[in-house]
Amino acid sequence: MATTFAVSTVVIVLTPLVAIFGYLVYKGVGSVNWAFLTQTPKPPGELGGGMANAIAGSVLILSIGSLLGVPLGIGAGIYLAEFGRNRFGDLVRFVSDVLNGVPSIVIGIVAYALVVLRQKHFSALAGGVALAIMMVPTITRTTEEMLLLVPNVLREAAYGLGVPRWRTTLSITLRTATSGIITGVMLAFARVAGETAPLLFTAFGNQFWNWRLDQPTAALPLQIFTYAISPYDDWHRQAWAGALVLIILIVSAVAAVRIVVRRGTLGGVA
Amino acid sequence: MGVGIQVEKLNAWYGKTQALHDINLNVQANHATALIGPSGCGKSTFIRCLNRMHETSPEARVEGKVKIGEYDAYEGTSATKLRRRIGMVFQKPNPFPTMSIYENVAAGLKLNGYRDKKHLDDVVEKSLVSSALWDEVKDSIHKKSGASLSGGQQQRLCIARALAVEPEVLLMDEPCSALDPISTGKIEELIFELKAQYTIVIVTHNMQQAARVAEYTGFFLLGRMIEYDKTEKIFTNPSDKRTEDYITGRFG
Repeated sequence: MATTFAVSTVVIVLTPLVAIFGYLVYKGVGSVNWAFLTQTPKPPGELGGGMANAIAGSVLILSIGSLLGVPLGIGAGIYLAEFGRNRFGDLVRFVSDVLNGVPSIVIGIVAYALVVLRQKHFSALAGGVALAIMMVPTITRTTEEMLLLVPNVLREAAYGLGVPRWRTTLSITLRTATSGIITGVMLAFARVAGETAPLLFTAFGNQFWNWRLDQPTAALPLQIFTYAISPYDDWHRQAWAGALVLIILIVSAVAAVRIVVRRGTLGGVA
Repeated sequence: MGVGIQVEKLNAWYGKTQALHDINLNVQANHATALIGPSGCGKSTFIRCLNRMHETSPEARVEGKVKIGEYDAYEGTSATKLRRRIGMVFQKPNPFPTMSIYENVAAGLKLNGYRDKKHLDDVVEKSLVSSALWDEVKDSIHKKSGASLSGGQQQRLCIARALAVEPEVLLMDEPCSALDPISTGKIEELIFELKAQYTIVIVTHNMQQAARVAEYTGFFLLGRMIEYDKTEKIFTNPSDKRTEDYITGRFG
């Protein structure tokens, strides 16, 4: 009885996921071709072209976001778990939880005010900053929780060997909690990878290649949005293809990180 | 070689609660000293004061004098420096779960900056031999994680880890309370052998164990040390009524 219930809930949970992915494949796979992956968009009305610049732009913006957000989030999580049993720690926790609930468009406005207005340019950097701000609270709280799960006897074992506290935190506590922290990081990454709203007036989008951090940059979610609301059938097809590619990119990034981390811990070399 | 420990007027608190009252004790070098007493009597707190582990608890405070050999434990040294000279084995085996057997034993040296691989290899082997674990694990020290061993093996791994930093004193906080009788027997044998090189202070709930491994025994009650003498004397002819009540099982 309990087993039947458990199995049926799993089915109910998995159905939408499979349905979405299946529908994406059905609608999108026909338009994913070499041109789509290697060319920039054609002018409106012309058939063909692709989203290569948007794929590259997404990779660029997500890299900036992760480079800024992951260390900040993990650092704050370490602070909360190891040194944050006080008023200030509670304040940080509260602010972090509130930040987690702030609508993504508002975070876009913050990045606009912080970066775009100063640079006088829409830019990949501004997009990265917006995504980083969104990643931080999730990473902070999961890092804190994972570190608190590490039994205190392990910290004591290290202290007992004459290992200083900072070294214990880095080499024992953090290392023991690594796989949980990676899960948090990947959750945050997957969540922001599909964000459109915070990029609207930060990265802005671009029809051409751009590798400079201070120039408007295309991103897959933006391109999908633009194409989906356009009046052209060819663009609609490409929007489906873009959505499929985006999901595949996210899934492979998460899988790749997992494999690398698993190798590192099993070998015991990390 | 082991060194003696002198404790004078040691008092310890957790917040406002006083856990130890005026403890005086002279631990003999290269002997095993057992501390017995009912739960909550302060014996664990006492050995945690010897390597300044007590001060890692929130709101903990210590007063008094502790000398490890020639050195004052609380003045003119840092807790981390002191702990490198004192090994500690805990109640529950606590190997580092993400590390291999080798890394566990080498942890104390590696995390303090030693990198000489040849030297590390030697120390790891020597420590595992001393803790009587080498023969059981020598083929898998790099492949197996410390957490994959049995409970008794894990505890011997923890002893090897403590020995690897070449301490002068070994503190054991109920090292057998989570182990089966066979593993307990092995650890007790080990304590016998280790006495030649280290001064051992062992906290135990098990009075037979104290009688088997230790030359000296101290009896703690309610944060005070009631009696301290040769083990034989404590168990056959104690001077204090409360000691006698405890060892004959009238309370605790």
